[in-house]
Amino acid sequence: MSDEPVLFGFYVPPHPQPLLSPDGNDGYAQLRAAFDTARQRIEESDADIILVYSTTWPSIVGHQIQAHPEPEWTHVDDDFHFLGSMPYKFRMDVDFANGYKAAADARGLHARTVAYHGFPIDTGSVVALSLLNPDNRLPACIVSSNIYSNRAETLVLGKAARDTLVAQGKKAIVVVVSSLSNRMFTEHIEPSEDRIHSAKDEEWNQKILEFFADGRLEDISQLSRDIHGQMRVNKVVTYKPAWWMAATMGQHNNYDGEVMAYAALHGAGGAVIQLTPTAGSIGDKEFDEDDVEYYRGDRNVLDKGMLE
Amino acid sequence: MGEIVMGCLAPHPPHLVYADNPEQNEPVSEGGWETLRWGYQRLARKLKDVDYDAIVIFTPHWQTYIGTHFLGLPNFKSKSVDPIFPNLFRYNYDLTVDVELATAMRDAAADAGIVTKMMENPDFRVDYGTITSCHLLNPDWDKPIVTISSNRNRHYYSVEVMNEQATALGKACLKAIEESDKKVILVASHSLSHRHFVEEAPLPEDMSREHIYNHSQYVWDMKIVELMRDGKMQEVIDLMPEFTEQTMAETEGGGLTWLMAAMGYPDYSAEIYGYQSVIGTGNVIAAWDPNESTRELVL
Repeated sequence: MSDEPVLFGFYVPPHPQPLLSPDGNDGYAQLRAAFDTARQRIEESDADIILVYSTTWPSIVGHQIQAHPEPEWTHVDDDFHFLGSMPYKFRMDVDFANGYKAAADARGLHARTVAYHGFPIDTGSVVALSLLNPDNRLPACIVSSNIYSNRAETLVLGKAARDTLVAQGKKAIVVVVSSLSNRMFTEHIEPSEDRIHSAKDEEWNQKILEFFADGRLEDISQLSRDIHGQMRVNKVVTYKPAWWMAATMGQHNNYDGEVMAYAALHGAGGAVIQLTPTAGSIGDKEFDEDDVEYYRGDRNVLDKGMLE
Repeated sequence: MGEIVMGCLAPHPPHLVYADNPEQNEPVSEGGWETLRWGYQRLARKLKDVDYDAIVIFTPHWQTYIGTHFLGLPNFKSKSVDPIFPNLFRYNYDLTVDVELATAMRDAAADAGIVTKMMENPDFRVDYGTITSCHLLNPDWDKPIVTISSNRNRHYYSVEVMNEQATALGKACLKAIEESDKKVILVASHSLSHRHFVEEAPLPEDMSREHIYNHSQYVWDMKIVELMRDGKMQEVIDLMPEFTEQTMAETEGGGLTWLMAAMGYPDYSAEIYGYQSVIGTGNVIAAWDPNESTRELVL
């Protein structure tokens, strides 16, 4: 697997508790410990870049890629502002960001880089990079999640990331920032009272964690629409992170999966999970939709009639 | 007894500030979206002649899931950078908050059973919806504001639940205003139809590229504007679930529902100051003047 451009990947939650209040309850502490272990594994790797896809960075005008060389600010979360501020200064791989934009364009996507002082880097990215790369040992790249994009567009966005890694000869750690179930309690609760919002969310989280533990990333990707319908609050049109993660890391089930921690975050399901490419496979068991290499835009049947 | 002296529907595309080239905003433009900007300028002139103490703004770009939050410190000074259009909006703001009124509104809302929180972190960055609407309504920034977050009931439940909760919040805010002895302008900061184009013209202010996303959005927007002209605001709120779902409308945040509930669903004509699309979304500037002697037929 030495030619693989992605050494391994992490799926991590966006909530600020593991960063700002890890001692709030045992679950937050376990998530924080898992973040710390992940940080150590990244430090021990020979990766060149940390590549972040964050579900808490929504975009509208195509796909945005952070390209400021040293974004610096003090971030405060919209809901959890009372937990404290998150000062940050990150190091971005500007060459990779520019290459990623070009690769996305080449695959039919609309993408652009952003490099503005004060640009509001989202809570999920701030938490992930602060905990996984606190000393900026590795440069990073963050890509947004377009609110309108669906499966084809997201798969192609992931493939463009992989194209860029190959073209630049870089080894990456992939970080996907997303909850599992994402329904939070709508009232204030004490950390000691925290639990997964419902039995249904808990059941679905356990099912998806089982898939992750088995290394079945492509199967999770194929099940994304079910996941969206069953365990996600419909803030956006689809559950996209597994599509992007699979397309970037490789669309198969040949992974060693490790669920490092799982806990409730104000009712939502938070997990730190590692996936490492491996030779073994459980086989592809789920199949719903075909692959796509190039994004040709939304297929508007009213405009175009029968598909050719 | 305090009172609401004006209610405004004030959309916040950052494009309008960008097009105006105020000194606070870093990017420089060649103009654009004049129909909306000239409408805002006329409304801002009218507000200069209105005696008021504070602007209370309900913004969909401070999105909270754990209740409704209120800015709770007297001053915020920072740079607001739009996460969607950072090329257009990097605005240096310095604003004051009427904390006394914000606290009174929070208390009234809590008394009404609404989950609430005061935001008292000095590093908090005020959202660009608040900045844009307030700048365009009061470019001098010479009045304190109260910013109320948008609780995303629509995401967690439905537009119907959003309508119920925003209505309760509006009534609570009215109660706080009446008990405050202050004259207040209420602002719902949002568009109507809200489907964006996902690509931007090389020159964003190139007006040859600007149009509504599709005709369905336009027809719905015009229906709502017509009802506003006819003074049928209860009907607008009753239509809110269908309108919001059909047009991806930014009314989903609850601003217009909150505004109308606080103002008692006006049965008089709204003052219409302009309608125009911005990157495909539909935007109307409207105002409800409770004072019959100063109420105007604008457009």
